[in-house]
Amino acid sequence: MESQTEQKNKLSTTIVLENKAIAPGVFVLKYKRVKNFTAGQYIGLTTDLSVTPRLYTIASGENDEIVQVLYNLKDDGWLTPRLSEIKPGSELYVTNPDGDFIDDKSPAWWIASGTGIAPYSAMLRSGLHKNKTLIHGGRYKHSFYFENEFIPVLKDNYIRCCSQDKGEGLYHGRLTRYLQDVENLPSDCRYYLCGSPEMVVEVRDLLIKRGVEYQRIVAEIYF
Amino acid sequence: MMVKDILLGKTLEELIQIAADLKLPKFTAKQIADWLYKKDITSIDEMSNLSIKARTALNEKFDIGIIASTKVQESVDGTKKYLYPTNLAHKFIETAYIPDKKRNTLCVSSQVGCKMGCLFCMTGKQGFQGQLSSGEIINQIRSLPERENLTNIVYMGMGEPLDNVPELMKSLEILTSDYGMAMSPRRITVSTIGIIPGMIEFLNHSECHLAVSLHTPFEDERKRLMPVQNVYPIKDVLQIIRDFDFGLQRRISFEYIMFKGINDTPAHVKELCKILDGIKCRINLIRFHPIPDTPLDGSDDATMENFKEQLTKKGITTTIRKSRGLDIFAACGLLSTKELVKRQEEDF
Repeated sequence: MESQTEQKNKLSTTIVLENKAIAPGVFVLKYKRVKNFTAGQYIGLTTDLSVTPRLYTIASGENDEIVQVLYNLKDDGWLTPRLSEIKPGSELYVTNPDGDFIDDKSPAWWIASGTGIAPYSAMLRSGLHKNKTLIHGGRYKHSFYFENEFIPVLKDNYIRCCSQDKGEGLYHGRLTRYLQDVENLPSDCRYYLCGSPEMVVEVRDLLIKRGVEYQRIVAEIYF
Repeated sequence: MMVKDILLGKTLEELIQIAADLKLPKFTAKQIADWLYKKDITSIDEMSNLSIKARTALNEKFDIGIIASTKVQESVDGTKKYLYPTNLAHKFIETAYIPDKKRNTLCVSSQVGCKMGCLFCMTGKQGFQGQLSSGEIINQIRSLPERENLTNIVYMGMGEPLDNVPELMKSLEILTSDYGMAMSPRRITVSTIGIIPGMIEFLNHSECHLAVSLHTPFEDERKRLMPVQNVYPIKDVLQIIRDFDFGLQRRISFEYIMFKGINDTPAHVKELCKILDGIKCRINLIRFHPIPDTPLDGSDDATMENFKEQLTKKGITTTIRKSRGLDIFAACGLLSTKELVKRQEEDF
């Protein structure tokens, strides 16, 4: 009998529908959904069956037929240089969705850097937006992926912290400075953190210093 | 200027290829391996049984890669903490030498910094700086002044070894092969927080012991302490361990840092027994020595003793790890974090 682990690691074949750069070095890849998932979960992707799949959080809503994956091109990586070249119609291998970075309807602050925005995109597209505040950190104006979807829904509860560029509607500075300066960090909600290890560790330390109980902090690190 | 490749950390197969590329006799590869891993030299020129032509050819393309530590701190209990430079500018790694009565253990690093962001870990506060090459891993052993006295090696220093599988596996091959350092794999332990793909590869292609950082049997609690739980839940990690045949000699152990009022209750004993049922293992209880800005405290000695006793009564072999090198902050990450030059560029 197939073990639970084998079942989880099982690869399905899917076809790439679109693979487009949305900012310098940042792509959205789309393929037809193979399995149901919960917003916040990840899938493994590979272009070669002999290579261990790399993990990416799904950016689509739970009811979307098309799965979207947001990824950064890493020149020294194995998969993303290949992924960035992949054409619509090509085969791609995907694992079953998995992971536990999952929110519910209770109040929460969603905090992300860079492509760490993906799980919140999935959550928003799955209908979670009430009582949510989203803080996204990026370097440039073009670093706020999916902003056109977040702005009309989250309105003032969507804060884009831009460390390099200035612009209308942007907070000029790092997201850690925003979190340091903001008054009244709520003590009765959960804080979700997603992004680079450096961001997650720094923000977690900052929140704890500002009085947030560590049990209220849920982190997902990209590795 | 051409950047030279490093010889230390090459497997015999790679050395054979190097010899072929340099048009040297095949047996040269074995001779180089002897010099790199069995003898005490620090330059290619000292490889005296190689022809001058061979040494010249090697020198043109390679550095030997044996680098002495730049700093050492010694504890009153004999523990020494070495700081080694890496190929990454201004980045350092730590290696702790822990002598005991009959057992002299070296705790090696596998990455510069760490990506895993565990709440209780100092190394995680550096973020991730880069992977160590197998040469940089081996150098921590090869350059150790006390290396003749070493009995055990544990991959429990900076970094998550199973997030650097290719270099980890090469280093293990070199440590355990006849052509290399010929250590018994039973004297080497690799510690992980449970990176499943890496763990499967390690279990299937190595004979060394495995230690898993558990720290709590409750999934929700573990998520708050260790973000990896969101990706590789401990129940999946344990299922793989349960399904794997460890044989008679290979050992699986679980590391359990004890946090006051967090993971040291009778409910934790009960749940540990439940989730580890069917796994022949040992639990190492570890005292927590608070790091800056942590919300966690360590359990007191009496609580730890009682926890140990309760687990032992339930049939789980349990030990309390002796704290060593407290006066030199031997817990990994403390020394190198001080030395770390803050990154210039901020990404968020």
